[in-house]
Amino acid sequence: MSWQPVVLWTDALIFSLAGLILFAFSRKHPHGQLHDAWQRLIQMPMAVASGLILLVFVVIGLLDSLHYRPQLPAQPGHAPQYSVEVISVLDTLLQPLREHQEKTYSAPLATRLYVKETMVQPGGRVLRDYPRLQFGGASLLHPQQDWQRDVTNRIMRGSVIGVLFAALLAAVGAGLLAMRRKCGLGALYRQLLGENNRLPWRTALTTLTILSVVIAVMVELAAAYHVFGTDKVGLDVLYNSVKSIRTGLLIGTLTTLIMLPFAVLLGISAGYFGGWIDDVIQYIYTTLNAIPSVLLIAAAVLLMQVYMEAHPALFDSAAARTDFRLLFLCMILGVTSWTGLCRLLRGETLKLRELDYVQAARAFGVSDWRLMWRHILPNLYHLVLISVVMDFSGLVLAEAVLSYLGVGVDPAMQSWGNMVNTARLEMAREPVVWWPLVAAFSLMFTLVLAANLFADSVRDAFDPHGRQR
Amino acid sequence: MIVPLLRIDGLHTRLGELRVVDGVSFSVMPHQTFALLGESGSGKSMTALSIMRLLPEVARIQAGRIDFNGRDLLKLPESAMRDVRGGEIGMIFQEPMTSLNPVLSIGEQVIETLTRHRRLHKRGAREEAATLLQAVGLPDAAKRLNVYPFQLSGGMKQRVMIAMSLAGNPSLLIADEPTTALDVTIQAQVLALLRRIQQQRGMGMLLITHDLGVVAEMADQVGVMYAGELVEIAPRAAFFDHPQHPYSLKLFAALPDRTQRDARLANIVGNVPALDSEFIGCRFAERCEFAFSRCREESPGWTTLADGHAARCHLLETAAVPKSVSVAQTIQLAVASDKVLLQVTDLAVHFPLHSGLWANRRNVIKAVDGVNLHIYQGETLALVGESGCGKTTVGKAIVQLQPATAGRILLDGVDLSALGKRQLHQQRAYVQMIFQDPFSSLNPHLRVIDLLEEGMIALGVEQNAGRRSQILVGLMDQVGLPSRALQRYPHEFSGGQRQRIAIARALAVQPKLIVCDEPTSALDVSVQAQIINLLKDLQAEFNLSLLFITHNLPVADYLAQRIAVMYLGRIVETGSSEEIITRPRHPYTQALLAAVPSLTRPAAANIVNGDIISAAHPPDGCHFRMRCPLAMPICTERYPDEMQLSGTHSVRCHAVAQAERVAGLN
Repeated sequence: MSWQPVVLWTDALIFSLAGLILFAFSRKHPHGQLHDAWQRLIQMPMAVASGLILLVFVVIGLLDSLHYRPQLPAQPGHAPQYSVEVISVLDTLLQPLREHQEKTYSAPLATRLYVKETMVQPGGRVLRDYPRLQFGGASLLHPQQDWQRDVTNRIMRGSVIGVLFAALLAAVGAGLLAMRRKCGLGALYRQLLGENNRLPWRTALTTLTILSVVIAVMVELAAAYHVFGTDKVGLDVLYNSVKSIRTGLLIGTLTTLIMLPFAVLLGISAGYFGGWIDDVIQYIYTTLNAIPSVLLIAAAVLLMQVYMEAHPALFDSAAARTDFRLLFLCMILGVTSWTGLCRLLRGETLKLRELDYVQAARAFGVSDWRLMWRHILPNLYHLVLISVVMDFSGLVLAEAVLSYLGVGVDPAMQSWGNMVNTARLEMAREPVVWWPLVAAFSLMFTLVLAANLFADSVRDAFDPHGRQR
Repeated sequence: MIVPLLRIDGLHTRLGELRVVDGVSFSVMPHQTFALLGESGSGKSMTALSIMRLLPEVARIQAGRIDFNGRDLLKLPESAMRDVRGGEIGMIFQEPMTSLNPVLSIGEQVIETLTRHRRLHKRGAREEAATLLQAVGLPDAAKRLNVYPFQLSGGMKQRVMIAMSLAGNPSLLIADEPTTALDVTIQAQVLALLRRIQQQRGMGMLLITHDLGVVAEMADQVGVMYAGELVEIAPRAAFFDHPQHPYSLKLFAALPDRTQRDARLANIVGNVPALDSEFIGCRFAERCEFAFSRCREESPGWTTLADGHAARCHLLETAAVPKSVSVAQTIQLAVASDKVLLQVTDLAVHFPLHSGLWANRRNVIKAVDGVNLHIYQGETLALVGESGCGKTTVGKAIVQLQPATAGRILLDGVDLSALGKRQLHQQRAYVQMIFQDPFSSLNPHLRVIDLLEEGMIALGVEQNAGRRSQILVGLMDQVGLPSRALQRYPHEFSGGQRQRIAIARALAVQPKLIVCDEPTSALDVSVQAQIINLLKDLQAEFNLSLLFITHNLPVADYLAQRIAVMYLGRIVETGSSEEIITRPRHPYTQALLAAVPSLTRPAAANIVNGDIISAAHPPDGCHFRMRCPLAMPICTERYPDEMQLSGTHSVRCHAVAQAERVAGLN
């Protein structure tokens, strides 16, 4: 085998989460209220558009979570050796980007370095100028004349490919649908693009087209240039920011995964049992809330750092180290952030507990745990779901802030927070290096905006009070 | 000829796809009250909101004219409409709890209207506000201007609402179910107030209600609405004397009444039709027992009878006037045995006012304070009282949903309140409960079959899944639902159907006693009749005992063999329903009976005064003495003892005891 799979802790967690979600969806749904809410959700144009964008991010994140070690060039007589470096499937797909390293800073789509260097001309003349890049625009003979034409060509080509790809996807989808609905393509065309459609097909198609055009243009450009320039050590900024997607997603999802059991169990217990249980749980979360969370996180992260340095043998690779630190950050964020949802669930449970159907179940002698599981939890689903989706974007931003403060993820790990942190010095430089910040900003902005819009739609679809609209 | 104050002509309002108001025309004369009568969903509130142009966003008025004081309200610009609202037309809403702003004092809220519509300021506005509040019967009004809504009771809040709607000197008052959320004694006070104010000011009034009794007390003209259109318009006397439309007849027949105790109440089969499609024939045809082929093909026009009485019915055109609706066969009455099933002795339930680790546990609300009652096997006992008197708490304590502070609850000789957790679990099946609101008593996330099975599984009534579902199919049939309903979710059913499911759920564990907590008060009259009939049938079939908790005396009288009247945590009078209804002795029972709006006798004159007193601070001595017309010095000293008047009739009142002693001496 030419590679050896590596399963990091976070990989295992993220894939089990994805599996869980897929399982929940693949089950035959009974026609209950939650089912109605999902139906309402996929009928909202905004939800479909932002959901598709999120899906692209999720796919990138998942590809980046399949880790392995490639085999080193075989040496005769030796057992096959594997590289120390752990890389992901995404790394392999982006191999050119990863390997096309320049000397130092270069601007987006540039052909020359951003700093002057002393070069020795073939004639022996010493010249101080911006040197040509090793990879960016290397194919151009006369950058001054050809650059603009080449870039325009690539953008055009990328757009065409993108549109064609979207058309292909749409055609395949339409073909499948036509087979399922058993009607001609013409009729299907009129059905889908007409005004009265249950699902927002037009929005879906538009979003799909825009996404594939953007991606195709990026791919075309990245083949010959550094789309977002290079950073201080000459690494491609686009590659860095794409790799950061996994970090952001992990922080956003794993943290909620860790916090949910606390919030749900404690919140429902406090609300349902009342009395001293309620008092104890309330005191716990009021106390926890009173400690400034940044301080708590900083203290915990520093403590963990000391521990890791004292026990280097626990981690067999650098990737495992950074991964452990990420997981720990998720945990500590989860431990500090369950209080809000817990409070919300407690209040709602207090209300539900007095409802007649809970009273009726008590009159039947249904046990407390079964009552909470069957009668209270399902009626809190919408709250849990809404707050999970809403918290997601907040957590992505929290990672950026914590890394900026130096208590976030490992400095060696690509993350938007780390990019922002280094950009602090780059912004103070003369001339200014602006592109790493812009790259991190635009990707983070897209993800958070899509997540927020999606969260809004989820709230509209699941909130029982908004149902009349 | 008198010019009508408000004339509505061909009003069509749509709420999204629904034709909620579909061609309604009527007039309100000055100095008169026009009552719009209809069940929920008939479009009566939408008509009122159309007049005020306060419709929800998705609704729009498609056609029609609303002439008020010589102007078409539908053509007025929004700015002029704001002068009309609260100025020339005042409006009172159903829920006094939510129609006042809780962070503003009542004075500020009344003054706001005065400033806006009467251009009064500061001193003048304050004085006028005090006068208005005085006029609606708020004692010590000048001092009460700074009081906040939460410091007032429901009835007082509704009085403040009335004062606010009067602030603009309206010539028309729209009252949308003004007393539905209030207790009967308070309802009687508010209705009397509305009558008095209308006479003093000579206003026209549009009264919207579902209660025939309120119509009988208040209206000059009556309009009956059904499925978005008016089906009958008549002067009050003519309407109550000889209603014409089959729907009106059914409404009368569905009212429980003691003259028909042994008969079934008239059912209106089926539901109000969906309003999202065009109607071809008569809207009521599907539910009408007189319907013939023409009714389904052609919408009936108005047939005018004498003196302004008109109805939309094909039968009237052919002059084959239906005289009365057929009432189904008499039902076999359950014969109560003399075996006592439930015996409650000195039951007390106290709630601590504060909770938490360091709370003072000595301050308690005595919600139930020494209640004694018993129910025979197969008998119905009605527990009657106003809101907050503790009747629901008694029910919950009997079902063991609320731990009792003191007292014994003997069911078939077993003291439920003394049992341990495991022993209680075995007894739970014998006593079950049906709740007031069928919308909150069924978990929306479970299918009907899961709801019904839950109790059977938890209590081990039937372990075999196959036999269980057989039982459930049979049960669904008994409560009048198709067996395929088992696979559906609660939200697919109407209120009445949901209550049937709740009844089936209670029956599934084969109880001996069912506590019914106001099971019909959230339902329309016609649906109420169905549920009451069902309860009577099931009682006869299973030899059930029922504890029927209600505030509705006519229903209690119709359904129960005995009635117990409760006031502030204690039972003040108990007796057979005939004794309670025809020979009430306790002044509170008498006041309750007098406050029930009646179809036959004129509006009650002797209304009990004052508000219901909070159970947190009951007065010394007799709890009722503050509102009692017969209060004597001894009433402040101690709570009256129970006094037997006959084998079944007993009362707790010093005045009655004294009268009996005097009678005994003679």
